[in-house]
Amino acid sequence: MRNWIHVASVPALVGAFGGQALAADLAVKLEIPRLNVAEYHRPYVAVWLENADQNVAANLAVWYDLKAKGTEGAGTKWLKDLRQWWRKSGRDAQMPLDGVSGATRPAGEHQLNFSEGKAPLGKLAPGQYTLVLEAAREVGGRELVRVPLTWPPKSAQTLKAAGEHELGAISVDLKP
Amino acid sequence: MNRVTRAIVLAVAAALPLAAQAHSYWLLPSSTVLSSPQWITVDAAVSNDMFQFNHNALNVEALAVVAPDGSRVAPENASKGKLRSTFDLSLTKPGTYRLEIVRGGIRANWKVDGQPKRWMGSAEAFAKEVPADAEGLEVSETASRLETFVTVGAPTALKTTGKGLELAPVTHPNDLFAGETATFQFLADGKPAAGVEVTLVRGERRYRNQQDELKLTTDKDGRVSVKWPQAGMYWLDADLEDDKVTVKAAKRRTMAYTATLEVLPQ
Repeated sequence: MRNWIHVASVPALVGAFGGQALAADLAVKLEIPRLNVAEYHRPYVAVWLENADQNVAANLAVWYDLKAKGTEGAGTKWLKDLRQWWRKSGRDAQMPLDGVSGATRPAGEHQLNFSEGKAPLGKLAPGQYTLVLEAAREVGGRELVRVPLTWPPKSAQTLKAAGEHELGAISVDLKP
Repeated sequence: MNRVTRAIVLAVAAALPLAAQAHSYWLLPSSTVLSSPQWITVDAAVSNDMFQFNHNALNVEALAVVAPDGSRVAPENASKGKLRSTFDLSLTKPGTYRLEIVRGGIRANWKVDGQPKRWMGSAEAFAKEVPADAEGLEVSETASRLETFVTVGAPTALKTTGKGLELAPVTHPNDLFAGETATFQFLADGKPAAGVEVTLVRGERRYRNQQDELKLTTDKDGRVSVKWPQAGMYWLDADLEDDKVTVKAAKRRTMAYTATLEVLPQ
C-alpha cells in the first residue's frame, strides 16, 4: 500500500504508459535510511540532472515541507539547506515546482519514473549528464550523491550508487 | 631633547594611528543565504579575534542597510552591550541586501610641550579644535567602509558608490564555496585600484594556533582571486593610501575596506 501511494504520486509514470515509441526512460530508486535517532525529521530531498557544464538540465524532484508551519520546518525557510540544489536551481525557482516538488517522504524506498519528452524530464540533448541526489535533515546531516550517465541510453542498464548518511541505496534504470 | 630621542618620539607619534587600528571591527550576520523572507540578527564588535566578541562593542550609529531595490531597511532591537552591539533586520524582498558602515574623518597628530597629542573627528570639528600652527602637525584624511551581504533567494547585482575604497564583486559575495575560486575587484573612487594588499582571515581563531591569514595583492585591474581553502566566515581587509584629500591641511588619505564573507561547504 505504501509503495503504491509513492508511485502514484509521480505523475510522469502515468505518462510513461501513453508512451512515445522512441522515448527513453529514466527510473530512480532511492532509499531514505531508517535512522535510530531520538529526534527524527524527514529529510528534504532534491533530485536533478546536471549537464556536462554542471548546469541543471532538469529538476526531477524536490521534497520539502509544504505547510507554512509544519513540523519539518516552515515551508521554504530551510530549502537553502539543500545547499547545492538551492544554489544551482532553487534560488531562481518559484516554489512549488509544478510536477516536481512535493511533501517530504518517510524512511524507505521510493521509486521515481521519468520519460523523455514529458515533464519534468523533457527533451535532453544527447550527451553526458549527472544525476544528483541531495538530502538534508533537520537535526541531522546533509549528503550529496552523484551518478554519471549518458543520455540517451544505448541499451538498458542499471547504475548503482549509495549514500552513507542521509541517503541509502540508489539505483538508476535507463531504458532506450 | 637630542635628535635621536626626537626621532623616536616622532616615530611613536606616527605609529599611533596604526595602533588605534590594531583591533579589527566586524559585522556578523546570523545568516547570509536565505530561502524565504525572514528576520536576521547581526552582531557588531571590535576585537582581534574575528567574530569572537571579546573586546568592545562596535558603534553602529552610522549603519545603513540597503535593500535590493535601493531602499533602506531600519534596524530593530538595536542595543549596545559591553562586548558587542546587536540589531535585527526584517528582510522581506528577494535579492541582495548590503549592510554598511561608512565613515570618514580627519586624523591629526601633533605635540604640546614635546608630548604627542592625537585627535580624530570630522573635517568641520578639525578646523575648530586643532590649532593650525600646532607643533609637528601631521594631518591625514580617513575613509573606511565596513560591509557584509545577505541574500534572500537569488543574488542580485551590487552597485558601488564611486567613493573611497570599495569592493566590486566579480564573484557574488553570497555565492562563495570552499574549493572554488572567487574574484573581487577593488575600486578607489570608482577606478581599479592596483597593488592593494588584501588580507583574509577565517573566524574561529581561538581553535587554532596560527592566524592562517591569506595575503593577496590586486593586479593592474584591481582584481584578486582567492581559492577558498575551507568553508567558514571570513574577514576581508584592504587598505590603500593616496594623496587625494579634500581638506587642505591633510597630505594623505588612508582608505580601508572591510567585509565579512561567508564561504559554504560543497
